[in-house]
Amino acid sequence: MTLAHHDYRLPRLLHPAAWWAWAIGLAMAANRTTNPLLLTLIVVVAAYVVAARRELGAASPFGAFLRLGLLAITLRVVFQVLLGGGTPGRTVLFTLPEIPLPSGSSGVRLGGPVTLEGVLAATYEGARLAAVLACIGAANTLASPRRLLRYVPATLYEVGTALVVALTYAPQLVDDARRVRVARRLRGHGGRGIRELARLAVPVLDSALERSLNLAASMESRGYGRSVHRDARSRRQATALTLAGLSGVIAGVYGLLDGSPAPLLGLPLLIVGSVAATASLAVGARRDPRSRYRPDPWATPEWLVLGCGVAAGVLMLVAAQRGVPGMVVQTSPAEWPILPWLPALGVLVALVPAWLSPLPPLRAIGPFDGLQDELQDVGATS
Amino acid sequence: MIRFEDVGVRFDDRREPVLRGVDLRVDEGEMVLVVGSTGSGKSTLLRCVNGLVPHFSGGTLSGRITVDGRDTRTHRPRDLADIVGVVGQDPVAAFVTDTVEEELAYGMESLGVTGDVMRRRVEETLDLLGLADVRQRTLRTLSGGQQQRVAIGGVLAAHPRILVLDEPTSALDPVAAEEVLAALTRLVHDLGLTVLLAEHRLERVVQYADRVVVVQNGRVRADLPAAAMATSPVSPPVVDLGRLAGWSPLPLSVRDARRAAGPIRLQLAGRTPVRVVKPVHPSRQHTALLSARALVVNRGRRAVLRGIDLEVNPGEIVALMGRNGSGKSTLLAAACGQLPARLGSVRTGGLDPASLKPRQLVQHVGLVPQDPGLLLYGETVSGECRAADTDMHAAPGTTRTILAHLAPDVEDNTHPRDLSEGQRLALALAVVLAGKPPLVLLDEPTRGLDYGAKTRLVASLRLLAAEQHGVLVATHDVELVAELADRVVVIADGEVVTDGPTDVVLAGSPAFAPQVAKVMHPQPWLTVADVAAALVQPPPLAV
Repeated sequence: MTLAHHDYRLPRLLHPAAWWAWAIGLAMAANRTTNPLLLTLIVVVAAYVVAARRELGAASPFGAFLRLGLLAITLRVVFQVLLGGGTPGRTVLFTLPEIPLPSGSSGVRLGGPVTLEGVLAATYEGARLAAVLACIGAANTLASPRRLLRYVPATLYEVGTALVVALTYAPQLVDDARRVRVARRLRGHGGRGIRELARLAVPVLDSALERSLNLAASMESRGYGRSVHRDARSRRQATALTLAGLSGVIAGVYGLLDGSPAPLLGLPLLIVGSVAATASLAVGARRDPRSRYRPDPWATPEWLVLGCGVAAGVLMLVAAQRGVPGMVVQTSPAEWPILPWLPALGVLVALVPAWLSPLPPLRAIGPFDGLQDELQDVGATS
Repeated sequence: MIRFEDVGVRFDDRREPVLRGVDLRVDEGEMVLVVGSTGSGKSTLLRCVNGLVPHFSGGTLSGRITVDGRDTRTHRPRDLADIVGVVGQDPVAAFVTDTVEEELAYGMESLGVTGDVMRRRVEETLDLLGLADVRQRTLRTLSGGQQQRVAIGGVLAAHPRILVLDEPTSALDPVAAEEVLAALTRLVHDLGLTVLLAEHRLERVVQYADRVVVVQNGRVRADLPAAAMATSPVSPPVVDLGRLAGWSPLPLSVRDARRAAGPIRLQLAGRTPVRVVKPVHPSRQHTALLSARALVVNRGRRAVLRGIDLEVNPGEIVALMGRNGSGKSTLLAAACGQLPARLGSVRTGGLDPASLKPRQLVQHVGLVPQDPGLLLYGETVSGECRAADTDMHAAPGTTRTILAHLAPDVEDNTHPRDLSEGQRLALALAVVLAGKPPLVLLDEPTRGLDYGAKTRLVASLRLLAAEQHGVLVATHDVELVAELADRVVVIADGEVVTDGPTDVVLAGSPAFAPQVAKVMHPQPWLTVADVAAALVQPPPLAV
């Protein structure tokens, strides 16, 4: 890491963990409100940062996550319309023919009156999920999970490698299946139907198995798992510590995101988990003989991006706890949502990385421009 | 550097040992070429060097192999990773990461090379193999030649002192193969690397070797290249020509042969090869078996074929050439209806192949894909043949009869996966031919074939053409084209660049000229067989 890395004007890829922390902060914010205005703001912020700081030419799953979010809203509303329940309401929009269910299934019905209140509540709930999905999609686009996996703790190296290999192999397996199915036509079969599927499975699995053997041979002869002379006990200790720490972190994040059971359980658990995970990192790294090629530096821009995400999350958290009006929109009776200004400002903090984080290298050069423009570009952003 | 002492290798499921009594010594800085027919034990020999045999493959190893003083019995492949680097036939199968730089660094990461050294070596390797322009790219988007160079770079960056390569150029077009071999020879000369190399296409490598190791029936003989070639069961055309003409010492490169070929050129001056001349554009009485008109085919959004015009007529063998990724496979896929025409048209026997039902399709056109295994699903050869008879609506026993003709030595109970490359190709071809399609397409059929299997393939395809089948072969193998094709079509970037008789097209291009053509230039000889036939015939009477 050099001094230049602290300057956001130097184009480089940000540490993937920074973007993921930012996205988790934003997701935390989204999870604390059902206000459609705030949720829309969050999605817009995520989309803007993605548009501004996505590496050119890299895969962009953001759109797919947005579509998934729309699906979540639609499903939620459809179920509300069909099954009713949940929110009591008096404004009946229309009435579906009701199918009588055997008595005893109280609270569940099929068809019947559809109320505005119920539909609104379902939409807001769905929108909350959609906003969280958008945040995850933004993280996936800004820093691919594959890059993030490079930073799995040394003690979990094997798990990380397995995940990376799986990420490579899933699309290849799909490719294989397509090739085999196409070849099936050459033997005078359509490649459709159950029996055909069974026949296709054999060559696809065959080639998958062969490929894994090839890969294993290649990894073995390139020194994978090379005599790591650490004693079994300390390795088990480090692994246990790592697993406990990571579970702590996950449970803590869950607690923070969920908020309903005991909001205070989230933060302490997160802190304890982080400490345990860091300790395991230290223990594991001390014994790891492997080295890492061009690790991403963690410098000021990383802190800034992380801070912006966390600030947005924390501000929303506080606002929700204080009961700031507008965080939860009343649906019964339905009323217009208002935009609470303090939480909205909090969300806008997460927009800062769209300007104050380094440009990805390819975007900085631009698809057609040369080095000359790269220099000008750096000047222009300052 | 490498010592084999009375080494034998035996796998439990084989009756015969794969290798026996191998004594071999490879010194530092040598480039050793390993030759032998398919299944002779070449790959096993190579995989012994870093201990993949027996640590990874299973089997029993007798005798002793030491590499730089380390015994492979007590050192696993991973413990030898810092001295031996292994590159396999299929680079894609060996990639662990997904970008060029990370792949180059992977081996060093495992060895625990420190960060700044690693950074420096990656930069050096990028330059050494000419990969600097693609350093950020995803491995799957690279061309075949680039992928193979990345695979070599990946092991090279870890600075091994021995490089073991198993057929590194067999999947590459002539130009990409040159690229890889040029990089290799530079490594041997500049870095003093010890290289052990197996390759079927001897014409590409034999002149670079310091010594040749011939593997035959599990036994191994090491010799100087010229001496080894004199008795080797496999040899490149230039050596065959030398044997035919009785040159001594045997030439190994076109350059040597050309200097020795003065007399023979004089003897054959003014004569032309006896070739069965078929009309290139026969009268239009019969419909062409394959006709493409201004054909545009997309893969995704990219137009891979951009307006192809092509005809294949009954009794004609057409070779389709062009570099990796130029659209050869796409054209074949379109010809058998796997990809639809986006613009223009493609017709097989007057019908659009994409609209045919699979059952009808197999009676019009048959394709043997690059990986013949894609066509094979059976547990045994005989089961496969029976299934093919049903699939292709042929009389029971048809496929087996054809197979017996193509490859006499295939046993009924073998699993198709355990066949040699040549036998598997023969089986796939037999399956396709059972439907009696008038048009037969082959995609890169000589990948992994030795000279013997290649000769048998040429003979069976010629027989097909004699029976008025049309044959279209996509290949990089110029020697195969010289022996086989009546017409050559070269495509580049999805467009037809050249379409003409084989001798004209091949002799006219330095990249595509077969060795004999280069030796005999400017006379129009393409193959050793042509020259041999001309030599036994009396010279024409002077007019």
